[in-house]
Amino acid sequence: MSPLWIVRRIGFYVLITLVLAFFAVPMLWLASAPFDSKPGLGLRWPDWTWRNVVATFDHPYALTSLLNSLVLCVIATVVTTVLAALAAYALSRVRIPGRDLLLYLLLLLSSVVTGTAAMVPIFVMMLQLGLINSQFGTALVIAGGMLPAAIFILKDFMDAVPRSYEESARVFGASPRQVLSHVVLPVARPGVATIFVWAFVNAWGNFLLPFLLMRDVGQQPAAVLLRTLYDEGGSANLTVIPVFSLLYSIPVVVLYLFVNKRYGFRFHGGIKS
Amino acid sequence: MASSGLDSSGLGVRRAVGFVAPALLLIGVFLVFPALWTLYIGITNYQLTGAAAANPQVVGLDNVVEAARDPLFTNSLWLTALFVLGSAVIGQNVLGFGLAWLLRTVRPGLRRTVEGLVLLSWILPSTVVAYLWFAVLSRDTGTLGMLLGSPQTAWLVQYPMTSLIIFNVWRGTAFSMLLYTSALAAVPPSQLETARLMGASGWQTVRDVVFPHIRGHVLTNTLLISLWTANDFTPFLLTAGGPNHQSEVLPVLIYRQALEGGRLGYASAMSMLLLVGNLVIALVYLRLLRRRA
Repeated sequence: MSPLWIVRRIGFYVLITLVLAFFAVPMLWLASAPFDSKPGLGLRWPDWTWRNVVATFDHPYALTSLLNSLVLCVIATVVTTVLAALAAYALSRVRIPGRDLLLYLLLLLSSVVTGTAAMVPIFVMMLQLGLINSQFGTALVIAGGMLPAAIFILKDFMDAVPRSYEESARVFGASPRQVLSHVVLPVARPGVATIFVWAFVNAWGNFLLPFLLMRDVGQQPAAVLLRTLYDEGGSANLTVIPVFSLLYSIPVVVLYLFVNKRYGFRFHGGIKS
Repeated sequence: MASSGLDSSGLGVRRAVGFVAPALLLIGVFLVFPALWTLYIGITNYQLTGAAAANPQVVGLDNVVEAARDPLFTNSLWLTALFVLGSAVIGQNVLGFGLAWLLRTVRPGLRRTVEGLVLLSWILPSTVVAYLWFAVLSRDTGTLGMLLGSPQTAWLVQYPMTSLIIFNVWRGTAFSMLLYTSALAAVPPSQLETARLMGASGWQTVRDVVFPHIRGHVLTNTLLISLWTANDFTPFLLTAGGPNHQSEVLPVLIYRQALEGGRLGYASAMSMLLLVGNLVIALVYLRLLRRRA
């Protein structure tokens, strides 16, 4: 317990405290502003009230937009997870001609082509197809953007499922469908769950694509509505925004807590050096 | 059963192709086709409205030439480089590694709290996060002004790029922290112990013992966070490029030229340059990785 040691310990905890404050302080607003009688863009001890919550529930579009988000997100997530699982399984087990090239291209695509870089043609394409304001169309665009990365991560998980399981199942006469549903999927469940949660959080928070493609306020998901919540005077509607932000954040926080408890938030095999 | 070693599932090539096809179809329609179309729209004078909307003309590389001369584009290129370098390559990398390194030794409770907050800042929806940071940076009532005792500063107006860089460090450090945590777990404890017994300082240990083990992770991490940051649209939510183009990174410039200015052809040419930039970074990375292997 030399003095130097004590100084270093203190320095260490000061550092940790600063980091903790850096990450925590912005989030405190989400706890105080929704229940403050005069919510503003700033932090203060709230003058407790439920009025903002009531006002938010009375807002004509607030709850609809959360429902829109849910529909959009569920379609995009389910499509991504199912298609990625099928593709990853086939790519992991069968040597389709050109497989390595395909995987290489997927890796490149997933990192190089982004919604941001392709926003103009996506907008023009959906405009010409008459799919502006279409939940389903927007969900498919979001799914298409997530698929390469999803396939890539899931293939790693599928590669880790021992092949001997499937071979024994087949020795006992299981059909490929039974092998997939009774052997492979249960074993690969952590991977599939990872992709599901990853896709959900991504689609739930996606702003750019719905912002481009959902122009009708009654159809817009929460991400876009939150951006356009103005009161009659034309300034940001601070009665509704904080409560709505909180409601909109709850699903990802719940998912995070679930994943954290169930699997722990760690990279397992997914990222290779 | 000649192929049983390769095809333990008994799918067969035909069915396997059937499994892969739906995913490839979606990727093809909504990712590859738009990317290729960007290249085409980029060489036309296509507009959102007006004569060139109905009947766009091919103008060749005029858009690219115009972009190279356009002070808005060069400004935006410089801001994007600054944003990537400051917030991703340096900010998230250093803070992410620092957290992974420091949190190895602290009590599990404290560790979980810090990690939980860092992760939360990563997964909250970007529109919500934008409001959280308005509350930190706004004039008069903002938390930062309150803490520093200078409520007259409108941080997002007076220091837009610095604000965006610090915001993005807050937003994205979680990924680097997770990746480096799993990388550090692969460093043999015996080597760390040896370094400690030899009296190496923390910095010497990181440089000479840890870094050689995680060089590949550093490369992967830097590539991914750079690409994400360069293509990130969240700056639009915070500053929308303003004031007076001072924080107009490339994705924001493309959006404003395309949807607010209606110049789809010109915006596509800039998207094309962004795609080429992404591709170059990715290829350099894959080359480096292969050389290492």
